[in-house]
Amino acid sequence: MTNILIKNARVIDPKNQLDKVTDVYISKQRIAGIGTAPDNFTADETIDASKLWLIPGIVDLSARLREPGLEHKANIKTETHAAASAGITTLCVPPDTDPVIDEPAVVELIHHKAKLAKKSQVVTLGALTAGLKGEQLSEMVTLKKAGCVGFSNCKNPINNTLILHRAFEYASTHNITVFIEAHEPHLSADGCAHEGSIASRLGLTPIPYAAETAPIALVLELIRDTDIRVHFGRLSCARSIELINEAKASGLQVTADVAAHQLHLTEMDISSFNSQCHVIPPLRTQRDMQALRRGVEDGVINSICSDHQPHEPDAKQAPFPSTEPGISGVETLLPLTLKLVDNGQLSLNTAIASITCNAAAILGLDVGHLSVGSIANLCLIDPEEEWVFHTSEMLSHGKNTPFSGWNFKGKVTQTIMKGKTIFIKK
Amino acid sequence: MVNKATRPTDDLLGQDLWNIQLDEQGRLKHFLTIEGLGSNILNQILDTAESFAGVNASVKKVPILRGKTIVNLFFEASTRTRTTFELAAKRLSADVLNMNISVSATSKGETLLDTLRNLEAMQADMFVVRHADSGTAHFIANNVAPHVRVLNAGDGRHAHPTQAMLDVFTIRRKKGADFGKLRVAIVGDILHSRVARSQIHALNTLNTGEVRVVGPKTLIPKDIEAMGVSVFHDMQQGIHNADVIIMLRLQKERMQGGLLPSEQEYFELYGLTEERLKGAKPDAIVMHPGPINRGVEIESSVADGPQSVILDQVTYGIAVRMAVMSMTLGGNIAAKTNPEDASKSDGHK
Repeated sequence: MTNILIKNARVIDPKNQLDKVTDVYISKQRIAGIGTAPDNFTADETIDASKLWLIPGIVDLSARLREPGLEHKANIKTETHAAASAGITTLCVPPDTDPVIDEPAVVELIHHKAKLAKKSQVVTLGALTAGLKGEQLSEMVTLKKAGCVGFSNCKNPINNTLILHRAFEYASTHNITVFIEAHEPHLSADGCAHEGSIASRLGLTPIPYAAETAPIALVLELIRDTDIRVHFGRLSCARSIELINEAKASGLQVTADVAAHQLHLTEMDISSFNSQCHVIPPLRTQRDMQALRRGVEDGVINSICSDHQPHEPDAKQAPFPSTEPGISGVETLLPLTLKLVDNGQLSLNTAIASITCNAAAILGLDVGHLSVGSIANLCLIDPEEEWVFHTSEMLSHGKNTPFSGWNFKGKVTQTIMKGKTIFIKK
Repeated sequence: MVNKATRPTDDLLGQDLWNIQLDEQGRLKHFLTIEGLGSNILNQILDTAESFAGVNASVKKVPILRGKTIVNLFFEASTRTRTTFELAAKRLSADVLNMNISVSATSKGETLLDTLRNLEAMQADMFVVRHADSGTAHFIANNVAPHVRVLNAGDGRHAHPTQAMLDVFTIRRKKGADFGKLRVAIVGDILHSRVARSQIHALNTLNTGEVRVVGPKTLIPKDIEAMGVSVFHDMQQGIHNADVIIMLRLQKERMQGGLLPSEQEYFELYGLTEERLKGAKPDAIVMHPGPINRGVEIESSVADGPQSVILDQVTYGIAVRMAVMSMTLGGNIAAKTNPEDASKSDGHK
């Protein structure tokens, strides 16, 4: 086991309210000391981190790695490599793989592949209902034992509200967090754009606000008398934030996240039929984007995630409605988050918290912070480096991004997971 | 065949994509949507169409597009529109290839781009495209070889610019060139109508006094006011004092999915009857892009009545399509060539 000494880094750890220039000592996969060396510590490797930031390894709440099932788009090896290069040490995979994550073998397969890749850690959500079909509860306890950190039905509908209610009760019995991607299938049927002036002008099938807000309201009422934790992922509407805020104020154990692209793009970005901006939930108005940014700053939205959805080129090479939604996002999660800080729209502390400790807490994982004794997952950033993001330099197998050509400030120089370097900038 | 480096999709990001319709000199290159085109271009189309309207049955052909190959690429069934494009192309002496590509062919795995590459290899000079997806014409224009021209013959709910141009051509012939004094009401299923969207852009670009849309909330798209129209849900008020009434076709499938309860109730509320027509200006004209549903959106006596210009629209459709084809593919020839002279020189051969 290597002992690593990181010298003179600006250590930013929101969970421990730490923000100062100091040294960090790593030994036996764990943080052995901050500021003061542990007894008998001799460094095998010393990193001079003067002028660099040291933050906890980033935790991404939603990344589709496309394996198993859609390996022509990407696989666990390529995507964990891309994630590691972007400072991400923990990725959470939703259960809509093929086969669906509704039995332990699939969980084991994903964990096994991730271990072989030796890059970022991968954790999984299990399917809330068998086959995500919305009819029968999955074996949540069995899946939890196999390693699932939460359960979700993704965007697949549970048409029978009684089943949904019972899923909450059952999950609550076993101290399980349910992850909701609010998406009413009938209201959003065949839709590909926000219901507003742009969709009306372009003649694109609209997705109204209610496709997101109505299911959120339903879930909030269903869990009112159930002692359960519910996480709402990928919010897009200002009204959703109000609903979440009210629920939190009334004492419900509710958390929420937003995809990084929703904090930078609006419906205007699809006005030239740019299929790289085809996402679900759709990009909404300037007002919604501002509300989402405020929601992160105010803490109503706990986390920013990548909503990583890599695609093969053909998936985006078609008329807009026929293209597949989604952005290959792991490599822009940190840059887009830091851009908000740079533009003065988000405090640095909140920004880092939203991609580290807050996300870890939602998953119930003891990562995302830099405490003595905790697992040494961390990331070094050169905050002054200005760079241009290009698809040609992406490591993800999916090059589908609307951010090619964007200028960013702040770049990952090294990522360490469990005391081992999984990425170092050349 | 197609050098990808010369037109990577990435480079289009951030550009004003509507400008892909114009070349460096500001001339019409593709005709994809009315949006983004100035009144100068629209008037040029109308003036050119006016000159072709003289190319009647006795002098059928002009040689402007001799040697050019025009491919009618129809992914949606359509006999009428395809026929007028075909006639227009033939009167300009172009070779015409009709491709009716059913959805099943593309679902066999060949992508739209594969289809395009194959057709480009057949030395096509122009694609006339109809497709059920909004944005298809733009997608194709962004992906064809630089010399190939694209005409949009209807993409999803987005645009049907030649239909809109033949409609304003009809209005100009019947009501004169001063659109500023006109009040135009478009009635019916605006939500699903690419024709209505293009008409709204064309009428507003030509400074029409007032453009109204009339229909129930289920058939009016959200925030349509942003396109420069006033919205009416009451038919009587909507066509009050109108100079032009454009009735849209109501598709039968709208009864499913809860957009409308029945054809009867729709006709009751929004059907254009002789009685209702009295609320418009006495000299108002009645238009319809066709095919009409008698007794659903329009009473037979109105469709066939003295104020109806529905058949004129069909006739003018050919001249307008000839105009757009010659402007995009014929370069400056179209503007310079007098159709009468052209037809004479054709006659020598």
